[in-house]
Amino acid sequence: MSVAERAMSKLTARRGERTLAVLAGAGVVASAVLSLFVSPPDAEQGSLIRLMYVHVPSAWVAYLSFGVVFVASLAYLKTRRTRWDRLAAASAEVGVLFTALTIVLGSIWAKPVWGTWWTWDPRLTTTAVMLLIYVGYLAVRRIPDSPARRARWAAVVGIVGFADVPIVHLSVRWWRSLHQAPARLIGLPDIAPVMGAALGIGFLAFTLVYLYLMALRLRVGRLEERLVAEALSPRIGQPAESLLDGGMPAPTARPKDAEEVSTGG
Amino acid sequence: MILVRQAAAMAGKDLRIQMRSRYGLGAVLPFAGTLLIAFGLSLGPGRSLLQQTAPGLLWLAVLFASVLSFRQAYQVESEDGALEALLLSPFDRGSIFLGKAVAVAVELWLLEAIVLLLVSALFGLSLWKAPAALAAAFLLGTIGLSAIGSLFGSLADSPRAREAIFPLLVLPLATPVLVAGVKATELAAAGRGAEVGSWLALLVAFDVVFLSLGMVVFGQLIED
Repeated sequence: MSVAERAMSKLTARRGERTLAVLAGAGVVASAVLSLFVSPPDAEQGSLIRLMYVHVPSAWVAYLSFGVVFVASLAYLKTRRTRWDRLAAASAEVGVLFTALTIVLGSIWAKPVWGTWWTWDPRLTTTAVMLLIYVGYLAVRRIPDSPARRARWAAVVGIVGFADVPIVHLSVRWWRSLHQAPARLIGLPDIAPVMGAALGIGFLAFTLVYLYLMALRLRVGRLEERLVAEALSPRIGQPAESLLDGGMPAPTARPKDAEEVSTGG
Repeated sequence: MILVRQAAAMAGKDLRIQMRSRYGLGAVLPFAGTLLIAFGLSLGPGRSLLQQTAPGLLWLAVLFASVLSFRQAYQVESEDGALEALLLSPFDRGSIFLGKAVAVAVELWLLEAIVLLLVSALFGLSLWKAPAALAAAFLLGTIGLSAIGSLFGSLADSPRAREAIFPLLVLPLATPVLVAGVKATELAAAGRGAEVGSWLALLVAFDVVFLSLGMVVFGQLIED
């Protein structure tokens, strides 16, 4: 096994999962304490600034997840090992969750500060488009077809989608800058050291939560694969173990011909 | 170059099929027309709002109608095992992708020419103030759209369950084409053709990225 695969196995084994749970929990508690109590209210926004401590790390995790989807998709197409497909699927699910969370938190923050739930700000719009692209990714994963084919299609969507995000961002930024309504852009305010620390802990905590959710989801993914392999094995006369990790036989017929094949017994 | 020759052969075949089946004329164009009428009904009858929103409505109509074109481009391959035969032939996968993209792009250009005339009549969009800029915007934008549609179009053919995925995938991915195309059309219609440069550059970048990416990954999508 390569170094990457060994690392992944370590992280997602039972003990790794428990450790991550503890670390993530501790991180979240620390982050909550820092952002709610220790850090001071902002000069302009008052206590509303505390939303920054969840909104920004959430956005970071969203982009991180899709970066992982991209790399895992590439790895899957190159090696055809299903562990990469599992990784991509898990990361996409968690990513969609955090993207939606980012947008919702951003909306909640925007309403009192800007007076509106939504604005066609470049970052917000790009995040919304990104959400749609990865919802599409998840939909592709649900197409009723062979797992190997689905995995390949999903991998292509994962790669193309990620390549598109910077172009979308650029186009929306230009689009926006032509219509100047001088709304204050949501840059990071001048950051006092305490706030910087709270934000940093927030990043760490959210990353740990991401890793923990990934470990959970990967375990479920492994179990799903075992289930399918064990169901398939008596039907095609191959031992279940050989069907794991890329050993699934490629289908010999296109889906609409499948009825003819299965009636043959 | 072999690639170019193969892609040309592929495109030629697809264009011949398109011309003979008259799907473009019979289904895609009327659909675009229906959309335009619907837009007009929902936003009109006041002329000024329609004129303002004409570039956006135009591109939306093209975007939605193109979904039909892409679906059809791959539907022809699913009959009589045509796709399997294509895969067995020595055709490079990238040239299949390119050929299909070119064929649909040509169909869409013809569609757009007609739709432009319609929109100029229905919504008062002015075509002749900066015709070169307008043409460039549609030329380049359609190439980008065709790249995406040709790449994922193989997901759009039967069985039924996959069809609904296709618009969901293509429309968000085509966001830069929509944004840049609409902006460039707006500027061209206002006679400010000289300012479309950066939007056209964005479209070129998009086209280059997705045509090359498409050529590399297309094989993964249609291999069995």
